[in-house]
Amino acid sequence: MSDTSNANSFSIDGQRIPFTPGQTILQAALAAGVYIPHLCHHPDLKPHGSCKLCTVIVNGRNGSACTQKAMPGIEVENNTPTLNDRRRVLLQMLFVEGNHFCPGCEKSGNCQLQALAYDLEMVSPHFRHAYPVRPIDTTHPDVWLDLNRCIMCELCVRASRDIDGKNVFMLAGRGAESHIVVNSPSGRLGDSALSIDDAAAHVCPVGAILVKRVGYAVPIGERQFDEQPISRQVDYLARRHIAIVPAAETEER
Amino acid sequence: MNAPMNPRKLRVTTTSLSGCFGCHMSFLDIDERLLELAALVEFDRSPITDIKHCSQHCDLALVEGGVCNAENVHVLRELRANSKILVAFGACAVNGGLPAQRNHLDVGKCLSQVYRTPDGSATAIPDDPELPLLLDKVYPVNEVVRVDYFLPGCPPSADTIWKFLTDLLTGRTPRIEHPLLKFD
Repeated sequence: MSDTSNANSFSIDGQRIPFTPGQTILQAALAAGVYIPHLCHHPDLKPHGSCKLCTVIVNGRNGSACTQKAMPGIEVENNTPTLNDRRRVLLQMLFVEGNHFCPGCEKSGNCQLQALAYDLEMVSPHFRHAYPVRPIDTTHPDVWLDLNRCIMCELCVRASRDIDGKNVFMLAGRGAESHIVVNSPSGRLGDSALSIDDAAAHVCPVGAILVKRVGYAVPIGERQFDEQPISRQVDYLARRHIAIVPAAETEER
Repeated sequence: MNAPMNPRKLRVTTTSLSGCFGCHMSFLDIDERLLELAALVEFDRSPITDIKHCSQHCDLALVEGGVCNAENVHVLRELRANSKILVAFGACAVNGGLPAQRNHLDVGKCLSQVYRTPDGSATAIPDDPELPLLLDKVYPVNEVVRVDYFLPGCPPSADTIWKFLTDLLTGRTPRIEHPLLKFD
């Protein structure tokens, strides 16, 4: 490989990845069909860098692939035993700090947290379970909010703010007390501006925000991550988009 | 040099603590492969044999279910003390599972809610000394004893169990990956 090719490319685990200026490492990798594990990234939303699953080593230093810009000639380590071990530990901590019971969850099979755990062969939660006491909000007619499963990736916060223009969700509290709060006088989802057509109602990567009355419409075994593990669905991860209902149609409802 | 032609069978003990026996059902679901397995192992204490206490020097213990009461703790410690390898077998053993849905509730309030008289004036919570006391929470097996391997799934499929056992019995490190690794 000649030096001139470095002008618009970099390497991930020795593989040459082309990029356009402004792309992050994760965006360029997904566009090139290279998988980097991630949870809080969504192609329709600005990078957030909170879950740290996409941590890679860039020229010897740790960095989040979803926030760090691709630069000519950088050398990125991604699919290495060390990084995958760390990612597994991050997943284990996410599992024990919430109440993640897959057998009873409607999101099972479509859940990114679960799919990542399968892909990284996380067979045990390893740490002591916190079994936190967290509320379930069923006051909204079309959507319910189960904070037991929330991983605080803030995808709903960003979708509501940046796509829906509503600011329905917000992260409150500090450290272990962090939790999602709802922007309404009562603090309940039913009194908020959230509508079923909002991006925020559909963006949750886990089972914390679920649409009512569609439970198990797609049977277990035929879901997004059942056929192929998430690491082999780079095209889906790069090109999935939130279906946005035009404003006019929303007003008619 | 004088190795026996037929090495001794491995002693396997199994139990269901705070479980639904679904994992044992899935174990039986390996169907005709049970005959292959029977050539390699013999069962010690297990719901299959109805032996009540495990003998010393078991090779493998499969523990289904989480730990919800004092009796579960005794059984689990007995298995751990007498087994070389102990496996958290199924979702409840791994993370508490369905029984752990009571973990956000107070045990006392739970019992009085269930056992109070219809008019709410009195409770008749069973207090027979033979009944094991409930723990404050339902715990995964690895929060009570050391666990060697985890086999998640609700239940783990027969193929998952077979892959795990054949890996273990042939001396490989058990590896459960897509599509056998399932939490549901």
